[in-house]
Amino acid sequence: MTKQSSLFKVDHEDFRDENPFMEIFRMYLKNYSAVLGLLVLLLIVFISLIGPFIYSVDPFEMVWLPFTHPGEQGFILGTDYLGRDLLAQIIHGGKVTLAVGCSAALLSVVIGITIGSLSGFYSGWIEELLMRITEFFQVLPTLLFSMVIVALFGASLPVITFAIGIVSWTAVARITRAEFLRIRELEYVTASRSVGARDIYLIMRVILPNALPPIVVQATLMVGSAILFEAGLSFLGLSDPNVMSWGAIMGNNRQYILQEGFVLMYPGMAIFMTVLAISLVGDGLNDSLNPKLRKR
Amino acid sequence: MPDPILSIKNLTVVFKTRSGDVPVIDDVSFSIAPREILGIVGESGCGKTMTSLAIMRLMPEQGKITSGSIRLSGEDLVVASEARMCGLRGNEISMVFQEPMTALNPVFSVGEQIAEVLKTHQGLSNSEAREHAIELLESVKIPLPSQRANDYPHQLSGGMRQRVMIAIALACKPKVLIADEPTTALDVTVQAHIFELLHELRDQTGTSIILITHDMASVAEMAERVMVMYAGRKVEEGPVEEILKNPLHPYTQGLIRCVPHLKETISPERKDLHEIPGIVPPISHFGRNECLFAPRCCFVEDRCLNQRPLDSKRAAKHLTACWQENTNFEKVFA
Repeated sequence: MTKQSSLFKVDHEDFRDENPFMEIFRMYLKNYSAVLGLLVLLLIVFISLIGPFIYSVDPFEMVWLPFTHPGEQGFILGTDYLGRDLLAQIIHGGKVTLAVGCSAALLSVVIGITIGSLSGFYSGWIEELLMRITEFFQVLPTLLFSMVIVALFGASLPVITFAIGIVSWTAVARITRAEFLRIRELEYVTASRSVGARDIYLIMRVILPNALPPIVVQATLMVGSAILFEAGLSFLGLSDPNVMSWGAIMGNNRQYILQEGFVLMYPGMAIFMTVLAISLVGDGLNDSLNPKLRKR
Repeated sequence: MPDPILSIKNLTVVFKTRSGDVPVIDDVSFSIAPREILGIVGESGCGKTMTSLAIMRLMPEQGKITSGSIRLSGEDLVVASEARMCGLRGNEISMVFQEPMTALNPVFSVGEQIAEVLKTHQGLSNSEAREHAIELLESVKIPLPSQRANDYPHQLSGGMRQRVMIAIALACKPKVLIADEPTTALDVTVQAHIFELLHELRDQTGTSIILITHDMASVAEMAERVMVMYAGRKVEEGPVEEILKNPLHPYTQGLIRCVPHLKETISPERKDLHEIPGIVPPISHFGRNECLFAPRCCFVEDRCLNQRPLDSKRAAKHLTACWQENTNFEKVFA
């Protein structure tokens, strides 16, 4: 009898599925381009955080003649129109660019989830009101609206972050609402109600965790588009003059784009690599979080 | 009969549809005593599930209780506030759903889901709730309960999940448990285990059980009293032996004849399996002042089409809603 039960146990352990998070992680590792994207992204984050301590040249200090070409005089990436070290600017700018991208994406995810989940869970006037607000923000020309905000409240990092976040939450809200509309009809929601779950519990603990996969993917991609957005604003001159960001480097040098293109090319490539890496990560997450593609 | 724990009087639930308001539950009354098992039988679309959702006040948005009362140990649930209902659901009255595959939240382990109910209603701490959850898993006969508590629903079989559902429903020892086709999605062998478990738990906790099913065989196995529903109305009610031996409503007779008998089908003089001709009327016919079973009935006469038959008492505790005084069993299927 004891032998039998131990046999049963071994069998059972052999066929046990692993923790769902491990399963998702394993799926992710199978996707080579997503792993590459993740590695590139981690490298960029690492350089942005650690770089300033290792390469400690002040990005605002004029160190040599303007437009020194890459490699000359020991300046690996050359100097900009004021003779400031371009490599130092890119290393210092990475932190700001990533911080603005992440916090703007976070802001838009928070607003989007709040509005999307409430409008998806409650039908009636709450849904109508919130969806009309969402549509209002959707039809606003995003770049123009954020330029107005920055122009009104001044070009500081918090204002820029807010301006980007406030114009880009609609996509998250709509995805969240769609997922809520689908999930709230499922039986486990009724089952939770039948044992006394209140609305707030249903929203936060029953529906939201099940709605998260597409939101996570959208949030990841949102970081990429927020970085592009910040670069766009900075290129037009709407950047915080006290901090260096990749977009600001390009914006500062934009008059010389035809004569000395390299000064714009390097920060441009940094933005390109970062956004591409984030897109690859988002795509990989999409594949590994989508149950239909799993176990293929 | 002792005082009923749950008594439903003249309950009418109306659905708003494009063709107007339709009563999907039409003047239904019944009650259930403590420790009793009541079976509610009928085909799909007869209002069985809607009755249970009405009792839980979990009807879809387009449904509305227009009259009647649902009294749970004296308190009328029809007029109770939503906050009060949240306190009652899971605590005093609980429900087990048909599909154990979809009725558990896929992102939390089953232990957490049981513990959550205990935390909500009994204010237990995390560790107490977890301990109690493991005891509950043990009481529904899940092997290695402390390990299974960490499993996610997709790691369990259908029968195991239904046991978990029962553990969640009975976590706070409710006075009434509504089991909505708890075994329809399961294998026949598992079905027997679940019924056995429900019986045992009833004996231990003294919960009254309302078993909703379309299968007369399950009722024969489980229930002590039966209520037959057709097109939103109660057509027959009585003790299970009485109903099985002497069904009075032609619909009940039809349902009983639909159950295949192994012995009969393998014996030389095998009988054909019967069916009830026709289908349940469309929802737009519900609530008409006529016998809604008339189009499928071989006893149909003029007054069946002109007036709704009311409950009439034929024997002690045996009610039926049929105009026909003498429905002879054999004659129906001659």
